[in-house]
Amino acid sequence: MNPLIKVSNVNKHFHDPVDIQVLKNISLEMNQGEFVSIMGKSGCGKSTLLYILSTMDTDYTGEIYLNNELLSGLTPNELAVVRNEHIGFVFQFHYLLPEFSVLENVMMPALKLGKKSREEIEHDAIQKLRLLDIMDQSLKMASQISGGQKQRVAIARALINNPSIIMGDEPTGNLDSKNAQLVFDIFKQLTTEFNTSLLIVTHDPDFASKTDRIIEMADGEIVSKKRG
Amino acid sequence: MANSILFEIAKTHLWARKKQSSIAALGVTFGIGTFIILVSFMTGLNGLLDGLILNRTPHIRIYNEVEVSKEQPIEQSRDYKNSMNVIHSIKPKKSQASILNNKGIINALKADIRVKGVTPQVSTRVFYQSGSVLLNGNLIGIDVIEETRLYNFQQYIVNGSPLELKSTDNGVILGIGIAQKLSLNKGDYVPMVTPSGGIVRLKIVGFFQSGLADIDKLQSYTNIKTAQKVAGETSNYITDISVKLFDIEQAKPMTDEIIHNNNINAVDIKTANAQFETGTSIRNLITYAVSITLLIVAGFGIYNILNMMIYEKMNDIAILKATGYSGGDVMRIFIYEALLIGIVGGSLGLLLGFGVSYIISISPFETQAIPTVKTFPVNFDGLYYIIGAVFAVITTFFAGFLPARKASKIDPVEILRGQ
Repeated sequence: MNPLIKVSNVNKHFHDPVDIQVLKNISLEMNQGEFVSIMGKSGCGKSTLLYILSTMDTDYTGEIYLNNELLSGLTPNELAVVRNEHIGFVFQFHYLLPEFSVLENVMMPALKLGKKSREEIEHDAIQKLRLLDIMDQSLKMASQISGGQKQRVAIARALINNPSIIMGDEPTGNLDSKNAQLVFDIFKQLTTEFNTSLLIVTHDPDFASKTDRIIEMADGEIVSKKRG
Repeated sequence: MANSILFEIAKTHLWARKKQSSIAALGVTFGIGTFIILVSFMTGLNGLLDGLILNRTPHIRIYNEVEVSKEQPIEQSRDYKNSMNVIHSIKPKKSQASILNNKGIINALKADIRVKGVTPQVSTRVFYQSGSVLLNGNLIGIDVIEETRLYNFQQYIVNGSPLELKSTDNGVILGIGIAQKLSLNKGDYVPMVTPSGGIVRLKIVGFFQSGLADIDKLQSYTNIKTAQKVAGETSNYITDISVKLFDIEQAKPMTDEIIHNNNINAVDIKTANAQFETGTSIRNLITYAVSITLLIVAGFGIYNILNMMIYEKMNDIAILKATGYSGGDVMRIFIYEALLIGIVGGSLGLLLGFGVSYIISISPFETQAIPTVKTFPVNFDGLYYIIGAVFAVITTFFAGFLPARKASKIDPVEILRGQ
């Protein structure tokens, strides 16, 4: 089986204020349906790696494949299309658009993709909100709901285009333990029930230990890839 | 589909900041509104002022002038051909005031496709008499119907109509200045001393008010036949020929043609009235300069609000980019915002401009110059509304372009990682 994501020999330097190599010869593979966490101390390069994998950071050397498609060297517009269709994001802070309703926030990436009619997208969005059990909030403005609810809306938004992979940058980092557990359970449900692939950066060992695989990083290098 | 969501985001952004957005739009409204008011009023006034002289002035005037012969007899002699001839005290040649072959010239001009109309005139000197007082003046015989058609003669007639001149054999339209001096009323007979010394009595059928006091004190109008009679001449006697063309730009070349073909004096309107064109173009220049300045100020307002919006919306821009909106999409969102402000503000500006122009156009404006004008002159030419609309869109586009480009270049990683 071909891996979902294949990374080979990725190097990255920060040039400002002094030249520092933040990623050193990173190579890894990830399969469809896997729930992978990346751990490491602050500054070890785990977030940097995630943003390179997310296609938003293009300042690196090496090669990245998603579904056997080489992403390195594509133009920013082509990468935006890839992100839109294949990658869902969940961040530490919810990052919803405050002027729009919960439902509209979830629909936003699908409206950009433009493959379905507005009615179909709305139907999909309602389905995702049901799945995350926040359908009752759908018509509220995004600024009016609680932090835990916002993170669930963000996950619904990440799911709207049925992406190949969901990436998270400490998605539970800003939540209390109850909500963190809730988010983890949702992720778990997504992998087991829908075979969704997840790549989550975290420094919560409890969270990581429950994932399929932990990639541990230190000083810009992968130090271990152990099964959870 | 993708574009409609960008538009929707733009609309929502603006709607969420009603106060700021409406202030930015009001800037455009005032800019465009002022442009429309200024330009309508200015061009209306220009039209009036130009009309005062230019509409009444023939494009080409053909006349006979007393002048010195260009070629003196001695120069025609073969004996003195190569010598330098010095002649003192040259006197002008006595010639007839009437234009020679005027029928031929008139018919030739009437046949020309460039010509809208040709009118002959008979001008003669008279003295207006009242008791023992004699006032120096000018009596001009005209073809009333043609003068009215070509030069709006009726606009300058008070208390009468040009047609009465046509129907009354020895009628006269007296300059209002003369009438005031001699205290004459409509229906009175005014005696005039003719150049040959006789006296004719003409019946006043109306008064002529050009707005130029010097002319109103001298000039009176009658029909051609009466003028010829007063001058004591035959029906061949024509002193001036006025030509009106379809295209005023043709005046200069045609004048040269006429001078060349007929060996006669002629002057075109531009040479005779060069100062009017200068005045018009300077007034237009001022109008546009003021309007453009206002629009640029409005543009800065839009630039400002969008710049602020972009700082506020850094997170939103980052998240839109993370979820697959490209730099171009983000740019379009902000350009749509600028254009929305421009279109809404601009449309209101056009309405405001029209409203105020309308109020100006019904405000009373009495002027000596043109007795038939009772309200301010306003030009409601649709072209200026189109220019205003285009202006609004272009300025707001450029005002939005720089902030939008900045937004499109925001690096989402920096924002998303920064917190």
